[in-house]
Amino acid sequence: MESVELMETENSEAEQEPPTPEIIIDDILDFKTDKGTIPDPRSVTFTIIGEDHTLGNALRYTIMLNPEVEYCGYSIPHPSEEKLNLRIQTTENITAIEALSKGLEDLRTMCDYIKEKFIKTNLKFDKKASQDEN
Amino acid sequence: MSHNRSNNAERLEQLRTRVKIDRDGVNSISSSDFPFHSSNVYPEFDSIEIFRKKLKIKVIKKSQFEMEFDLIGVDAAIANALRRVMIAEVPTMAIEKVYIYDNTSIIQDEVLAHRLGLIPIKVDPDLFYFKHENERPTDMNTIVFKINHECRYNPRAREDESDPKQLYIGHNLLSSSLIWDPKGEQAERFTDNPIKPVHDDILIAQMRPGQRMELEAHCEKGIGKEHAKWSPVATATYRLMPEIIVKEEITGDLADKFAACFSKGVIDVVEKEINDEMVKTAKVVNPRLDTVSREVLRHKEFDNKVELTRIRDHFIYTVESTGILESERIFIDAIHIMQTKCSRLLLALENKLKELEDERNMMSLDDV
Repeated sequence: MESVELMETENSEAEQEPPTPEIIIDDILDFKTDKGTIPDPRSVTFTIIGEDHTLGNALRYTIMLNPEVEYCGYSIPHPSEEKLNLRIQTTENITAIEALSKGLEDLRTMCDYIKEKFIKTNLKFDKKASQDEN
Repeated sequence: MSHNRSNNAERLEQLRTRVKIDRDGVNSISSSDFPFHSSNVYPEFDSIEIFRKKLKIKVIKKSQFEMEFDLIGVDAAIANALRRVMIAEVPTMAIEKVYIYDNTSIIQDEVLAHRLGLIPIKVDPDLFYFKHENERPTDMNTIVFKINHECRYNPRAREDESDPKQLYIGHNLLSSSLIWDPKGEQAERFTDNPIKPVHDDILIAQMRPGQRMELEAHCEKGIGKEHAKWSPVATATYRLMPEIIVKEEITGDLADKFAACFSKGVIDVVEKEINDEMVKTAKVVNPRLDTVSREVLRHKEFDNKVELTRIRDHFIYTVESTGILESERIFIDAIHIMQTKCSRLLLALENKLKELEDERNMMSLDDV
């Protein structure tokens, strides 16, 4: 019988770096460029790898909240491909890149507010529940 | 004229904030909370500040595995993203590899392995790393369980006994037979809360005397997107808060009929003074309990007397945990994961722009 591979013990952090997939960010975002420039910076289709409706729709929403954005929409070209296309068209006041980056920042801030409020109300609920018990 | 205008404003407000439930369909579904949309032209649109002011959260109830809370003032896009992350992207630990040395039970090896995978393992996934392809198992990414089980006859059973419980010993292989085998520093790290299945009474296999099972199971960290066994929730759902608008008093026997159209506890029939007379009147007391069956819209006598809507930005979440993580922890983790996604993309965008600049600089150097 073939034996199961024995487990090795990790002695120190230095021996084996903790794998951090968050740091691997190459090639998760792409858009059309030409000789180091963006052909039309006010209408760009971004391709995001490894994301789906979860981020796509939420991001579409936060980008659409920007009054300088004329159009924003997303699509998943094929369900068996982990790929998301995000189209942004803006007014002359900002570029699509700026709109995307503002959308991402806004989404992160919204999550911050939700987290803050949720933790606070949850704590209050727990406190009240333990008081009622006593 | 002025009356007309206020009426119009009211109608627009209703369209903006409510989803209308009609007799044969649901209307006014799409959100219109965008700048320059017909119903709201904001000259200065600070979406984040508006969001902060509108956001409200209420915890409704909590039990061992379940939690209900209201998230008010957010768009469906955000609410749905958080729900999806809770189901598919919050990591847990689950049995992923099973090395079977002996299995003479009637459960086939592959079915057994699948059943083992679905058993929730009580351990904080934050204390482990993901095990990537080609990476060797270590005490930081793998938990080992062992099963060594045999079914025997009970020597003390009566001769005419027919109940398997009396007749055999160990004929039910339960999740409590999964024995944790601490590796490396795991024994020290988890002295306070040893790793074990959430439930001790999950039936893995039924056996008969002479049948044996010996195996080693390796748990790894994963997410529900890859396999539902890693999903930390039994389910996480939301629904919109129902609203029942009674436009005209419903009195007398009709009130009882009206109340019967809704789930129990939604409508109360109360005595109310109308024209110096006490009459039975229907009163909406708890619309949250309603299932929005639309039964009331089927009856002619309630035509134009009642309107059913749902509040567009009032989400009632129900998060039922599998017991590995607490429901509130799952929601908070989901928010963190959403934020990580944003940060990652921002970083990727920054990198891409830097790349472009380098390319541009190279081009201009070539020109010289």
